[in-house]
This record gives sequence, C-alpha cells and structure tokens, in this order.
Amino acid sequence: MIGLEHYLGVAATLFVIGIFGLFLNRKNIIILLMSIELILLSVNINLVAFSSYLGDLTGQVFALFVMTVAAAEAAIGLAILVSFFRNRGTIAVEDVNVMKG
Amino acid sequence: MIQADLNIILPEILLAIYAMLALLAVVYTGKDKMAPMLTWLTAGVFAILAVWIGVSGEGENVAFNGMFHDDAFSRFAKVAILLSGSAVLVMGADYMQRRNMLRFEYPILVALAMVGMMTMVSAGDLMTLYMGLELQSLALYVVATLRRDGVKSTEAGMKYFLLGALSSGLLLYGSSLVYGFAGTTTFAGIVEAVGHGHTPLGLLFGLTFVISGLAFKVSAVPFHMWTPDVYEGAPTPITAFFATAPKVAAMALFARVLFDAFGGVIGDWQQILALLSVLSMFLGAVAAIGQTNIKRLMAYSSIAHMGYALMGLASGTALGVEAMLIYMAIYVTMNVGTFAFILSMEKDGQPVTDIASLNQYSKQASGRSLALLVLLFSLAGVPPFLGFFGKLSVLLAAVDAGLAWLAIAGVVASVIGAFYYLRIVYFMYFGEEGDKLDAPRSPVQQVMLIASAAIMLLGIVNFFGVDTAAQAAAAALMPH
Repeated sequence: MIGLEHYLGVAATLFVIGIFGLFLNRKNIIILLMSIELILLSVNINLVAFSSYLGDLTGQVFALFVMTVAAAEAAIGLAILVSFFRNRGTIAVEDVNVMKG
Repeated sequence: MIQADLNIILPEILLAIYAMLALLAVVYTGKDKMAPMLTWLTAGVFAILAVWIGVSGEGENVAFNGMFHDDAFSRFAKVAILLSGSAVLVMGADYMQRRNMLRFEYPILVALAMVGMMTMVSAGDLMTLYMGLELQSLALYVVATLRRDGVKSTEAGMKYFLLGALSSGLLLYGSSLVYGFAGTTTFAGIVEAVGHGHTPLGLLFGLTFVISGLAFKVSAVPFHMWTPDVYEGAPTPITAFFATAPKVAAMALFARVLFDAFGGVIGDWQQILALLSVLSMFLGAVAAIGQTNIKRLMAYSSIAHMGYALMGLASGTALGVEAMLIYMAIYVTMNVGTFAFILSMEKDGQPVTDIASLNQYSKQASGRSLALLVLLFSLAGVPPFLGFFGKLSVLLAAVDAGLAWLAIAGVVASVIGAFYYLRIVYFMYFGEEGDKLDAPRSPVQQVMLIASAAIMLLGIVNFFGVDTAAQAAAAALMPH
C-alpha cells in the first residue's frame, strides 16, 4: 500500500536532487533551470499528496497556482538566458563571472 | 459579499489595471518616445495611491475569507513602498534617458512589481504570499536585465533570477510542509494549529524553510551572495529601486508570516532570526571595508541594515515590530538620498562608481558634499542624525526582549561599519587631488538629495509622526 510518506519521500528526494543540481553543477545554465523546475515539481507532489491525505482541496488549488507561476518563471529565465548568451556567446556556469566579490 | 472584498483590494486592482492599460496605450502609440512621460505618470499614480491608502484607510478589513488583510500594518508598509518607488522612478528617469535606456517597459514593470509588493504585505494566506512574492520577483528579474545589450546587466539578471527562483523554491517547499501539517494555508488557521509551545516537527521544518526563503529576499546572511553582484550589475536607477521598496516589502512580509502565522511559538524562530541578524550586521560591516565600487558598498551596507531590521523582528514583541518599521522607513529615506547622489556621479558624461572619484569633492560642491556627509553619518548611525534613532529603537527593543547580547553585537558591528562610511567622507574632505566629477545635471536628483538630508536633520524633532503610525501598525500585527 502506498501511503502519504512514500509521496513525501519522493518529493523530498526530488527537492534534494534539485538543490544539489543548483549547487554542484558546474556545466550549463540550462541544467540550473531544470533543477529549479525539479524543486517546484517536488513542491507540487507534496501539495497534492497532502491535499489528498487531508481531504482538502486547497492543496490542489495551490499546486495549480505553482504550475502557472513555474511556467512564467521558466519563460523569464530562458529570456534572460538568451540575452545573456547574445552578450557573452556562452552559457557555461563558469563563465558567469564578470563580477566578483 | 464579493463587492465588499473587491472594495478592500481596490488600490491593487486599480494599479494592475493602470499597468495593463498603460502597456496597451504605449504599445499602440509612441513606444519608447512615451517612456519619460509614462515614468512621471506612473510615479504620480504611486504617490496618489500612497496618499489615498494613508488617508482613507481605517480599521482592519479582511477580504476573501482571510486571504487578504488590510490593516494598519499593511497600510504603513504600502505607503512606504509606494512613496519610495515613486521617488526612485522620477530620480532615475533623467539618468536613463541620457543613456538611451529609458524603455517604456520600465515604469510598467515597476508598477507590476508594486502590485506584487502590495499583495505581499497584505497576505493572510500562503497562497496570497506566494502569488504576491512571485509577481514582484518576476517583474524585478526582468527589470534587472533591462539593459539587455550590457554584459553586466544580463549577468546580474541571470544571478538574480537563479537565486531568486531557488529562494522561491525553498519558501514553497516550506509552505507545502506547513500546509500538510497545519491542514490549512491561512495564517489564522496555522496560528491555531501551531498552538502554544508544542509544535509538530513537520511544522518546524516548514517554518525553517519559509524563513530561509524570506531571508533570501531580504538578503540576510548567509543568503546574501546575490546582493553585491546584482547591485553592481544592474543599471544604477534600478539598483536604487532594489535597495528601497522591495526591501521594505520583504521585511514587512517577514513580520507578517512570523507574527500572523507563527506568533504563538516565538521561541521557535527567535534564535534563527537573532542568528541571521548578527551574521548580517557583521558581514555587512566587515565585507564593505574593502570595496572600491560605491554600488557594491551600498549592497553590503543594505545587508548590514537588514541585520538591524531583523534585530527588531527577533525581539518578537510589538515594540520590536514598531522599531523595525521605523528603521525601514528611515533606511528607505536615507537610501533614496544616497542613490540620488550616486546617480549624479559622472565624469565626461559617463557614470562613475569608483569611491576614489570623490576625492576633494567638497571643494567642488560644498553643499552637495555636506548633504552626502549628513546621509553617510546617518547611515552609520552617528548621533544626532535620524539614522541613530532608528538604530537606537531596534537596540532598545532587543534589550527589552532580553536579547542584550544581540544589542551589544549590534553596537559593535555599527562601530566597525562606521569606518567605511567615514572613509567616503574622508575622501570628500581630505582626499588627494584628482580628476573632477561633472557638475550635477538633474534637478530632481538634487532635490531628492537635499530633501533626504534635510529629513535626516529635521526628523529628529518628531519623526514626522512616523513613530505613531508605526506603533499603530505594530499593534495591528499582534494577536488580539
């Protein structure tokens, strides 16, 4: 029987993969965008699992909002990436280094 | 029923409609030729809304089943946000126009970000919080990249986007846990579920994630790494905007979540906030010392200032929230003035951000140097300027809440931090002979600089009534 904790486990795993993807990835900004999507996906799994467990619709409404915003966020991220690529001719993470602290 | 709800959120609706209509109107007419006019118009709309909200707002109104709160607290934050946004828009218009950067999207995106901020500070539900926060953030990512042919601006936008999206992810993951363990997303429901003293572990995890996400937005250490790069890379008028309105909005949202949703378990978040506060104050003070770029320096300065504002929140009392609000109001005013000066720093028509270019500036423009001196002393917290009273009120709130160690740390950090502000003053008055800066061109920036410096001096008489308003605002946030 698959219960709430299994869903939460999957979501937590996806979340951690997303976070590690953001911090350990040294190659490509597209992969960073994918990691961000992964984080938002894990949140949606959490919300829907809780919603079904609690018998309360709010979580599913929240998940719909998150999906909409995630789409808008991806669009803006890709747009910024395109203008970055036009200026620098590269999307490697290690080349995002004009400014340094 | 719905009519009453819509009446409560009327300012937000009107501003959103204004932004959309302005977009349509400008696209079908002059496009970028209309941008200067549109910038002033948008600033006027902000100012009118601020006056309207400040004058007509009364009592505590709740809309959409508790999802949206219009109370003294949200009104205080909204007035501060709108006024600072309006000031920053008009003082940057001239700078952007001369560099061919004033696109019509700029005021419209700022207006949309404003709608997001107004929603954030009124949030009474995790969903409202998230939607407001994202509306603000998405608009700001684009604004940071406004100069899309510039290497620095696009890099700043990229970094801001990635870390902003990460922080939204953390906040959302926390929200989902809070929802799961409290069974509701409304703050009123959460505060009941959390109860007093005994918090389920899942809720604590959720709370920690939510605090991390919000700490990113207010750029508190250890979630500050995006701030210096974004401040340096974004065009200066946009940096000025980042340093003012969004900071107030994020700090007000922070207070709302902590007190409205987790007001019953202050002990659970007090230590986290105290740690964020002390780290921010010290890192802001120490890291700014080595900076030669004044925009980067202002970034570290803002990190340190957020530390002091967080100290008010960490107190967990009405007095602390009141001190935080007063501190943010003073901080915004100081930053508007300082950035008005930074915007006017030019050599042969090109913007300069090097601190060394201010050498011997007092001989060239004694009045402006004096105004900047007042602002820098106030930023450093030197009495008798207003900034000192801001710091004093958060320190007193911390002592009052039994966090004397935090207050002592705050004093030490402010002494260290005073060094880099005074260094600029030293350059201006006793620096070596060097190339001269151009004479200021924009009268608006001049007015903002002088007005802000004058407020730092005259405000000590009665705070212009801001302290009374902050007191009412803090009282509205406390559980009744």
